Amino acid sequence: MGKKVLMKGNEAIGEAAIRAGCLNYFAYPITPQSEVAEYLSHRMPEVGGVFLQAESEVAVAYMIYGAAGAGARVFTTSSSPGISLMSEGLSYIAGAQLPAVFVNIVRGGPGLGGILPSQGDYFQATKGGGHGDYHLLVMAPESVQEAADMMMRAFPLAEKYRNPVIILGDGLIGQMMEPVEFHDHLRTDPVNNNHWATNGMQFRNSSKPNIVKSLFLDPDELNENNLILKAKYERMKKEDILFEPYNMDGPYQKLIVSYGTMSRVCKTAIDNLKVKGIEVGMIRPQTLFPFPETAVFEAAAKESCKAVISIELSMGQMVEDVQRCVQGLRPVHWYGECGGNVPTPEKVMDVVTSL
Amino acid sequence: MGKTYQKPEALSDQHTHYCPGCTHGVIHRLIAEIIDELDIRGRCVGVAPVGCAVLAYNYFVFDFQEAAHGRAPAVATGIKRVRPDLFVFTYQGDGDLASIGMGEIIHAANRGEKFTSIFVNNAIYGMTGGQMAPTTMPGQHTTTSPFGRDVEDVGMPLKMAELLAALQTPAYITRQAVIKPKYIVKAKKAIKKAFTYQLEKRCFSFVELISTCPTNWAMTPNESVKWAEDTLLSYYELGEYKTPESLSGGANAK
Repeated sequence: MGKKVLMKGNEAIGEAAIRAGCLNYFAYPITPQSEVAEYLSHRMPEVGGVFLQAESEVAVAYMIYGAAGAGARVFTTSSSPGISLMSEGLSYIAGAQLPAVFVNIVRGGPGLGGILPSQGDYFQATKGGGHGDYHLLVMAPESVQEAADMMMRAFPLAEKYRNPVIILGDGLIGQMMEPVEFHDHLRTDPVNNNHWATNGMQFRNSSKPNIVKSLFLDPDELNENNLILKAKYERMKKEDILFEPYNMDGPYQKLIVSYGTMSRVCKTAIDNLKVKGIEVGMIRPQTLFPFPETAVFEAAAKESCKAVISIELSMGQMVEDVQRCVQGLRPVHWYGECGGNVPTPEKVMDVVTSL
Repeated sequence: MGKTYQKPEALSDQHTHYCPGCTHGVIHRLIAEIIDELDIRGRCVGVAPVGCAVLAYNYFVFDFQEAAHGRAPAVATGIKRVRPDLFVFTYQGDGDLASIGMGEIIHAANRGEKFTSIFVNNAIYGMTGGQMAPTTMPGQHTTTSPFGRDVEDVGMPLKMAELLAALQTPAYITRQAVIKPKYIVKAKKAIKKAFTYQLEKRCFSFVELISTCPTNWAMTPNESVKWAEDTLLSYYELGEYKTPESLSGGANAK
């Protein structure tokens, strides 16, 4: 690990991408993530990388498509309304099996909503957003350090699956300053993408053209392509689920499932309750897709556990996945707030104890 | 006697899906010939549109990316920015470039992206079955303008070459036609110029090609050539709207 520095989340995300060997960035300004673009507008030239402010988020998504299709490591950052505009492109990128990293510093919605912390894009990130049968690999950090770590992990994962990876932060993760350490020498080597990238036939000594596309007019071919995608999502579920168990050793009666900024508040609430002699466990999904299905089921199935609650900065989105995983074994509740008011630990304590 | 005429190496053996009398095949051939002549096939990446040329990648023998509808200039920007050593062109129709992709083409041109756009203008949506395009002529009957294009209602046809020539940055903007051999010879020269300018690392180059669509115009190929010459060419004037030489100061010429 390198030296610990104090950095804003958005800047740390930009720096982490460079340390992960991604020297290509296309973006469009939107609050609350514009600092990533501002930071990279001077950092990318320093490291000989590409920085381009595009005309729209729609265009950004296709610049990412083109760059990734040409075999380059590439990423962008945006916030909720911008990700909606990019979602058409995300569908194409997933369909054409291109590796790329997207960051959504989520703000409140629907519509223009607000600019404060929110987790209202859970459905969009985990269930689609664009059209067609596809998934993104979704990671959700709870701190600036974890955002930086996930950025560095995101590129190899995108390349492993040839699938877009999205990091779901929120206004707090993006705007907050925290100490962060960057891993040294984690710059990953470019993968050999000669079998699919449009990197020029002469550069890969081939007489066979590579075609980057998502059009399959033959029904059998499209079915085949989507089976390949499905197999990747199944493999993600086997190999790349990440979650943090918190206070899971005791005889907890209540189980919280929470992620990102909200889970930090829940940790404080759990610690405070523990002092009072009340045990509450938590599963914090770090990947939202693939979702820690087995972990949530097993945690809910523990004999001491009487109730499960999904606590999120939305009107109840992840709770549907929690219900799905708990399979009716325990009552599943929801608590959340929208608009940018992050609940206090005291509020979480009240909600959990009143279950 | 040696061989004087043959299929370009950059053109594949596949039969195209284009209709009889369609000029896409002519344009494909011109592009392939020039790519051979410039010896750039090994570093060439084409970007296909959504429209009749959506399957263009099947007819060439070099790398290709297929873009979403209208987004080819953004895709080409992504490719060229990360790999300036590649030769990149987009191939787009009038619905793709002048309607849904207007934002992408204007901004790519204005940034002076160092790729070339081939713009096939046949005044109609071909792939979806003959709907009105932004380039459909006043009074022209289409499946969505059954009484003829009403300019009081939907405005006049867009002149893309003139529109892009109003920008300061692009290096080369021209409009040519591929409806008769005499035009085709000139069109080839224009495409070759545009490609050469890209190889010289000059800013954005653009070749609009007036084309025919007998199927959706409900004409025979011969009738469609006559209609294109009489009607389209009187509105869409051929010529070079901007050349590197015409750029003042030369700041963005190269």
